[in-house]
Amino acid sequence: MARIIVVTSGKGGVGKTTTSAAIAMGLAKKGHKTAVIDFDVGLRNLDLILGCERRVVYDFINVINGEASLNQALIRDKNCNLLYILPASQTRDKDALTHEGVGKVLDELSKDFGYIVCDSPAGIEKGANLALYFADDAFVVTNPEISSVRDSDRMLGILSSKSRRAERNEEPIKEYLLLTRYDADRVKLGEMLSLEDVQEILSLELLGIIPESKSVLSASNAGIPVILDEKSEAGQAYADVVARYLGEKLPHRFIDGKKGFLRRLFGGRK
Amino acid sequence: MLNTPPKLEFKSSTFFAPILILYTNDMVAIEQALHDKISLAPDFFKDSPLIIDLREVNKLNLDLDFVELMQLLRRIGFFPVGIRGGNEQQNKQARALSLPIDTVRELGNSIVIGEVQKPENTQQPPAQPEVIAVKEPVQPAAIPPISAATILVTQPIRSGQRIYASGDLIILSQVSAGAEIMAEGNIHVYNTLRGRALAGVHGNTAARIFCFDLQAELISIAGDYKTSEDLNKQTYNHPVQIYLQNHALIIKEIA
Repeated sequence: MARIIVVTSGKGGVGKTTTSAAIAMGLAKKGHKTAVIDFDVGLRNLDLILGCERRVVYDFINVINGEASLNQALIRDKNCNLLYILPASQTRDKDALTHEGVGKVLDELSKDFGYIVCDSPAGIEKGANLALYFADDAFVVTNPEISSVRDSDRMLGILSSKSRRAERNEEPIKEYLLLTRYDADRVKLGEMLSLEDVQEILSLELLGIIPESKSVLSASNAGIPVILDEKSEAGQAYADVVARYLGEKLPHRFIDGKKGFLRRLFGGRK
Repeated sequence: MLNTPPKLEFKSSTFFAPILILYTNDMVAIEQALHDKISLAPDFFKDSPLIIDLREVNKLNLDLDFVELMQLLRRIGFFPVGIRGGNEQQNKQARALSLPIDTVRELGNSIVIGEVQKPENTQQPPAQPEVIAVKEPVQPAAIPPISAATILVTQPIRSGQRIYASGDLIILSQVSAGAEIMAEGNIHVYNTLRGRALAGVHGNTAARIFCFDLQAELISIAGDYKTSEDLNKQTYNHPVQIYLQNHALIIKEIA
């Protein structure tokens, strides 16, 4: 049985797809057969981030409608042969997603895969609800700003009330916080919420802080998940996230930011 | 597969719906009173199913325009799902409007609009869908019994969630901004209160709100409210109790 992870946030533009691509790749690199599904029907992006947009033939909706088999639609990643992508349809909308259809696809994938990562669309409508409904774990992606935190809080309410686990009265979805686009310098200046500010409202288990980094955008444009850029801080941060999710105990990094050039030369003062 | 899946099944269940007991046939007065009630808890009453109890009106021999009443209720946003205590003509009108009719058992004291639970109702004709209603005696409106369905919540109440208790409401986790907690009785929040808290929503002026850390967006007791803008800086972020005194909300720090 696969473990189903939903990457969700409520708010758009906080880094859900970047995160989905990175952690799916990270899990696959650790030797777990992983599928990542784009639930953003009509606004397909995941294939671009993973650099497989030119190999899309069939999509998620084709599989749901029985027009293609799962094996026909799944795209094997070119960097890691344990990672498979199920792209969204660009020509349809969220109404094409059905409860039964999604359930069937996830059931079938579960037989063969270790992890299934569901990249949720923004919002709290059908696409987002279906992406989280079958989940076992939720990665709540939040930016250190007040509207993102509130939307995440709203999403947590939905996770605890509208999932399959909630409906069946099973153990609730395990919720993790991923704080993305974190700029420690701006936090120090009081321009951005700190980790403590966010945790005061959300109080979730922190899986990692992803620092704001130019490498994220360049990686997206190149179609290579940022986790493969081992030199970048964002890449390292995502690698930590995957390791922590799989049970490793690692100290949190990137909370205090980089040391400045001079401080690096003369050693930091505390 | 040998067995085809069943096409449907019948299940017995009990659920909640407010009962509207009318004491007048004055449509204007009824509409005004309903608007007043709804303004206390707009979301709670929105699209609410409703049972209409006509016994009091009929006791007073008031002539009620049933069709007009239904139109009024639907216009306001209720969904009447049945009547009880109607006379022959009213029952006939209800049937014409496809409204189920509940046979009435003698009730104790009644509340004007209340949430009541129905135990097994054996007197109901079998063909009727099982709809709501009837319970053991209820105290008069002003003082709901403390024991009435106290609800205890240990999970955080997240933005957008709503909790309603027909008695007291006790919450051990935080209440997020954008959440709404309502109780006919008292509200206790043993954590940070950031959302909206409405106690005594059916007019119980003796209801109180207690919280460990007051950062609420809105607090209300029996319809008297304050928004966070009106909250005193001195009590903000402090453990407080909130109660009504001469129609004024008093926020007092708990030492």
